[in-house]
Amino acid sequence: MKTAPQPLDHTRLTRRFDQLHAQERGGLITFLTAGDPDFDTSMDIIKQLPSAGADIIELGMPFSDPMADGPAIQASSQRALATGMTLRKTLLMVDQFRETDTETPIILMGYFNPIYQFGIESFLKEAASKGVDGLIIVDLPPEEDDELCQPALAAGLHWIRLVTPTTDDQRLHLILKNATGFLYYVSIAGITGTASPTSESTKTAVNRLREHTTLPIAVGFGIRTPEQVQQVTKYADAAVVGSALVNEIGNKVANGAITVDLPGEILQQVKLLSRELQI
Amino acid sequence: MDKKSTKLESYTGGPDESGHFGIFGGRFVAETLMPLVLDVETAYNQARLDPLFHQDFNYYAKHYIGRPSPLYFAESLTRELAGAKIYFKRDELNHTGAHKINNTLGQILLARRMGKRRIIAETGAGQHGVATATVCALFDLPCVVYMGEKDIERQSPNVFRMKLLGADVIPVQSGTGTLKDAMNEALRDWVANVDDTFYIIGTVAGPHPYPAMVRDFQSIIGKETKEQILEAENQLPDVLVACIGGGSNAMGLFYPFLNDAVEIIGVEAAGHGLASGQHAASLIGGRPGILHGNRTYLLQDGDGQIADAHSISAGLDYPGIGPEHSWLHETNRVEYVSITDDEALDAFQVCCRTEGIIPALEPAHALAHVRKIAHKMSDEQIIVMNMCGRGDKDVFTVAEALGAQL
Repeated sequence: MKTAPQPLDHTRLTRRFDQLHAQERGGLITFLTAGDPDFDTSMDIIKQLPSAGADIIELGMPFSDPMADGPAIQASSQRALATGMTLRKTLLMVDQFRETDTETPIILMGYFNPIYQFGIESFLKEAASKGVDGLIIVDLPPEEDDELCQPALAAGLHWIRLVTPTTDDQRLHLILKNATGFLYYVSIAGITGTASPTSESTKTAVNRLREHTTLPIAVGFGIRTPEQVQQVTKYADAAVVGSALVNEIGNKVANGAITVDLPGEILQQVKLLSRELQI
Repeated sequence: MDKKSTKLESYTGGPDESGHFGIFGGRFVAETLMPLVLDVETAYNQARLDPLFHQDFNYYAKHYIGRPSPLYFAESLTRELAGAKIYFKRDELNHTGAHKINNTLGQILLARRMGKRRIIAETGAGQHGVATATVCALFDLPCVVYMGEKDIERQSPNVFRMKLLGADVIPVQSGTGTLKDAMNEALRDWVANVDDTFYIIGTVAGPHPYPAMVRDFQSIIGKETKEQILEAENQLPDVLVACIGGGSNAMGLFYPFLNDAVEIIGVEAAGHGLASGQHAASLIGGRPGILHGNRTYLLQDGDGQIADAHSISAGLDYPGIGPEHSWLHETNRVEYVSITDDEALDAFQVCCRTEGIIPALEPAHALAHVRKIAHKMSDEQIIVMNMCGRGDKDVFTVAEALGAQL
């Protein structure tokens, strides 16, 4: 039985996947941590992501203890937090982004505690009104759906679920129950930015998912190069690149403050990643 | 001090099926880990009903750990404090010198049942790391222990012990390089090694079923205490006191007494004082949040970023606490207090001199609270304190704090 997404049928996110399908190309989802390395630089980069080729923007909400992320993304969280980044400022970033772009979907990704402290109701209200399209909350499995998933869906936000190599059929049904927007296939059992998946195993896994859902499928974890993006989007609807970009910020900052044109360098990398996808 | 009237309701029924103690507990982990966490739960539910599992546990508890540990009447200390009779539950006499091995024994027996071939653990003070490395040596399983690099500096004897026992000790530099980061790193290892690895969590925290499972293994402390005090005094104690970092020794002592008319006190580490902001008192100085797979009281800032804990005792230096303690706190079944570094250091020295026992800095916190309450009680009343670890590992820390040259 296929489980189709029930609510949230016509949103900025579904429109984006419709466009990609109409153009017969895969999409590029870029992950960056909000406020990395500081608010202004980060804002500058994010505003230009769509013109550099990002189809969907995934924005990390910095957290002190990101237990599912590798060293690159944890370091990016720490850089952002060190310059005073907060969840409120992340929402402000989305707000400012929407002043010039009303079409590119933004997904916030992170951990539950900062949202829990912010207050679930007020967070959802602000996120929806400022133009957030969906949430990926790493430490909220379906078992905890009444915490944030259901209120988020009710507030009109997509709830994007991770599916992993450890997900069996029984669990997949549970995962699909409240999943909307797209499915995020975590291509390796592991943390972000470590091993790269083998193309064949990922393809098999994505094809298996298609038997169970009509949701678009994005593949992430371990995807770094334009070639990998091109490979993955032959069978998946989108590829997510995160650690590779975040690492680049880390390297540039580590090499003596931000002397280079940091936004320019990151955006150049995004252009390369998306080049093979453009029609 | 009057006996606290305890409501006649069950405090031992938790957690519910989804792993919650009231609003606390739960399973807040990444999807990759969920199948593993569910496997552990299924395996544990089967094991706990299997007499053979208990037979194995009891065999090694007796012949390898040296249980039951004595319940010792601390006569000199009782005389000095001139109040209630003070008993120590001597879990510092266990093999490896702390209560931690009760839990690592239980978990490694479970790991063997599940056919796991590799063990990982986090450690703060190093006691849990040593206890894990010990049972891994016993059962010939490879052992990887994650330890914050700051903790490695201040607990070097335990680091060497783990290495002697054949464990790989991996320094954790990420975050603040302490216990919470070691736990993050162990979780990352587990996510990346889902097929063959069992994660032995060292305290009553983490995703369900860990808080309940670790409590069950540690409850041997309270069960023995109950039998021993009835034999010695023909009555239950008036007060139980135990120190709390994550809270496993305290849960172990408290749990079998939760439905009895016994006053129960948990002692958190107040570090340099609650007002200083440098402490590890999650219940008194924190608020509910989500970390390491469960909802519980946490030290954190207004944005939900986890704060650094501080205590002179590395074993109490954790910004969270087991979810069952959070629930016992909110239901007022257990009273939680805090003790500063200085008070613990005083108690540490008093214990050495009056009883000839060098306590770990962790139970020195419990003892400091005993010193505050014993004299207000009558000589017919009884306090049982969990002497959950011995202090050999802490002599360097204490020497430094007292300005002694070694």
